[in-house]
Amino acid sequence: MDINQKYTPQSWPDHPETATMEGKNKFIGFWLLLAAETVTFATLFATYLALKDKGPSGMEFSAAGLFELPLVFAMTMILLTSSLTSVYAMYHMKNHNFKAMQAWLGITVLLGATFLGLEIYEFNHYLHLGFGFTNSAFSSAFYVLVGTHGAHVLFGLSWFIALMLRNAKRGLNMYNAPKFYLASLYWHFIDVVWVFIFTVVYLMGVIG
Amino acid sequence: MSSIAQKKGFGATIWDFMTTVDHKKIAILYLISGGFFFLVGGIEAMLIRIQLAKAGNDFLSAGLYNEIITMHGTTMIFLASMPLLLAFMNAIMPLQIGARDVAFPFLNSLGFWLFFFGGIFLNLSWFMGGAPDAGWTNYASLALASEGHGIDFYTLGLTISGFGTLIAGINFLVTIINMRAPGMTYMRMPLFTWTTFVASALILLAFPPLTVGLFFMIFDRLFNSSFFVVEMGGNTIIWEHLFWIFGHPEVYILILPAFGIFSEIFAIFSRKRLFGYTALVFATILIGFYGFMVWAHHMFTVGLGPTANAVFALATMIIAVPTGIKIFNWLLTIWGGSISFTVPMIYAVAFIPSFVAGGVTGVMQAIAPLDYQLHDSYFIVAHFHYVIVGGVVLGILAGTHLYWPKMFGTMLSEKLGKWTFWFFFIGFHLTFFIQHFLGLMGMPRRVYTFGADQGWDLFNAISSAGAVFMAIGVIILLVNVVMTTIKNERVGNDPWGDGRTLEWAIPSPPPFYNFAQTPLVRGLDTFWIEKMDGNKKGMIFAEPLGDIHMPNNSIIPFVISLGMFIASFGALYFLDGDKPWALAVLIIGLLITFGSMLVRSLKDDLGFYITKEELLEDAKGGKTDGH
Ligand code: HEM
Ligand SMILES: [Cu+2]
Repeated sequence: MDINQKYTPQSWPDHPETATMEGKNKFIGFWLLLAAETVTFATLFATYLALKDKGPSGMEFSAAGLFELPLVFAMTMILLTSSLTSVYAMYHMKNHNFKAMQAWLGITVLLGATFLGLEIYEFNHYLHLGFGFTNSAFSSAFYVLVGTHGAHVLFGLSWFIALMLRNAKRGLNMYNAPKFYLASLYWHFIDVVWVFIFTVVYLMGVIG
Repeated sequence: MSSIAQKKGFGATIWDFMTTVDHKKIAILYLISGGFFFLVGGIEAMLIRIQLAKAGNDFLSAGLYNEIITMHGTTMIFLASMPLLLAFMNAIMPLQIGARDVAFPFLNSLGFWLFFFGGIFLNLSWFMGGAPDAGWTNYASLALASEGHGIDFYTLGLTISGFGTLIAGINFLVTIINMRAPGMTYMRMPLFTWTTFVASALILLAFPPLTVGLFFMIFDRLFNSSFFVVEMGGNTIIWEHLFWIFGHPEVYILILPAFGIFSEIFAIFSRKRLFGYTALVFATILIGFYGFMVWAHHMFTVGLGPTANAVFALATMIIAVPTGIKIFNWLLTIWGGSISFTVPMIYAVAFIPSFVAGGVTGVMQAIAPLDYQLHDSYFIVAHFHYVIVGGVVLGILAGTHLYWPKMFGTMLSEKLGKWTFWFFFIGFHLTFFIQHFLGLMGMPRRVYTFGADQGWDLFNAISSAGAVFMAIGVIILLVNVVMTTIKNERVGNDPWGDGRTLEWAIPSPPPFYNFAQTPLVRGLDTFWIEKMDGNKKGMIFAEPLGDIHMPNNSIIPFVISLGMFIASFGALYFLDGDKPWALAVLIIGLLITFGSMLVRSLKDDLGFYITKEELLEDAKGGKTDGH
């Protein structure tokens, strides 16, 4: 692999993310990492369900009373849209259209940052209600589950930004194509986890 | 970038090992540090047996005793057995599949340093206010009540080293999936590679629940959350589930690679193809699969109810079936073979009855009603030492003798090896056989002393005497290592004379690129096939001689791990009140870690090439070394 090799959309391979040995290794390794992440989140979900609404006797908080759907629904839509925009970015990556890829990634990052901002706002709101991390087993489980997801969002955003800045001047090559691809794969994973959080924590929480 | 080796100074050698990404050198790092922790755990074991040698002994106080048993178990499982097995996986597996390195050499180094710093952190507890004392299982009800920072050393230390192990697991999986030489199909892979593969898959899926459980515990103890705090709605049983969802697969993570080593040994020293290779492979996969469905057999007495107990009892009994299949395959491999009783072979033969005894007590414990009697007694202690010492540790000792020449180019003394074996083997049975009966007589585990009127004195004294034999065996092994290294008699490619797989077709130790030309594999036991065909080179090649691409060394893995190590001290003292600097330490540590990760991701690291000319020079007798 020569990092200085210049490509045109014609000479660019169909699957640049797995065109080199390094790319293939990263591709499989990353899927395996996602398997481990899946188990991690499964464990967090199971714990959350076991501790949902559990607290010291007389605790005033419950999922049904606490959560409201409008804001989280908006957050869900924003994050889902950002997954779509990252798909557009990868579409342009595969066509060797660096500028368009950067643009779509930029939009993805903006959407992701909005999501994160709303999540911080939401947490802050609960804190004001007195529902802090140390309030109860319920609050601990809630913040660790949703917060772990939030930390993943933050990491994903930083990853995108680092890649975009690092490669802004030199464009796409065989060395960074797999990196862009994996970052967007990671972004999809985060999105899927959120869909489960929306369903299990918020929808099922509000229903009771 | 000269390829001719120069004699390196001491500092340069240390630097070389700190920055190496070569799987063979990382294997040596694992071997040395795993060996070191094995000695530490061994000393702790001796202290336990001294304390229990007679009734009413006051050699250790009750509190110190709790710390020592906790650290003994934790050290032996996480810091000795695992890394020693990882040493052999690193040293041998890539050679067996004809690869030049693992898939992610950089991550390989990172995995080692995380494990190493985690282990050091855990053991620093001895000097910083006391070790953890809630048992290696660290049950939440005990752990949350434990004073001081011992438990925090446990949770933080295991979190760090657990990340290292997870990384190693992913790395081996990708290596085996992607880097096999042409012709090395899955069903031609040597059994040690197969068991590495399945054990790595278990690591991948079993470590995350442990990590999550450890995080809960860290949060509960250091940041006042209440996952396990019953008054706050928490539930201590969650810890037990998470621990054993990890814990049972963990015992298979340990035993499967040992099975792999024994499988190689039986074939080599019976000079026969493994009997029932396919059955062995599928038994390995089945064990890995069932391994996840039996964890609650550690919780029969918790009160999950008769239905749950019955289901888990059945599942546990079923898992003994594939294990039995393997035993028969090994026996039939020996059957009719032309056997040579080298040290590795002696260990392998001794392993069979020892491990079977442990399996039998396992199935006894799987009978849930009976387990109400056996649970938390010395019977359990006897069981898991029969499977772990009689299986895993014998496997590690056998592997040390078998692979020493491949890793270091010298042969351990067979004579001293046999002395080690007999001392260790006799000592092992002396120590642990009698503990079955102590358990049946009612002696509970994890209690620091017993009364003279309880009738357990004699058996305990015998057990302690056995431990002395084991210690002598280990000391002889150390002498063996030192003498072999001083003598430094170099050996050739196939020092046992009967090697069957690719690692024996290349020099001992191999050049840092392993294979000048990638081999072409024609079948199971590929080196044996070539030998039988009279091929003097030992392999045929899939490519002409050409430039080889290799990864660069890097200090970054060391720095990333160091950052986590520093951050852990910050987390540990975070809520102490009188230590305002703790937050700063936490942040500095995390900055070091994430900063060096950022450097890694922003700086291109494209590796380098060894040219064909250098390879030709090597073949003429010069020796190429990494840079
Ligand atoms: C035939 C296969 C096996 C069966 C049926 C089996 C069954 C069991 C059962 C039911 C227990 C729980 C007993 C209790 O605490 O009341 C147990 C404990 C244990 N087993 Fe096994 N086992 C088997 C193989 C192994 C192997 C291969 C290893 C390790 C290499 C192992 C390591 C352990 C350990 C470490 C414990 C005790 C954990 C603790 O409480 O500290 N077992 N086994
Ligand atoms: Cu078990």
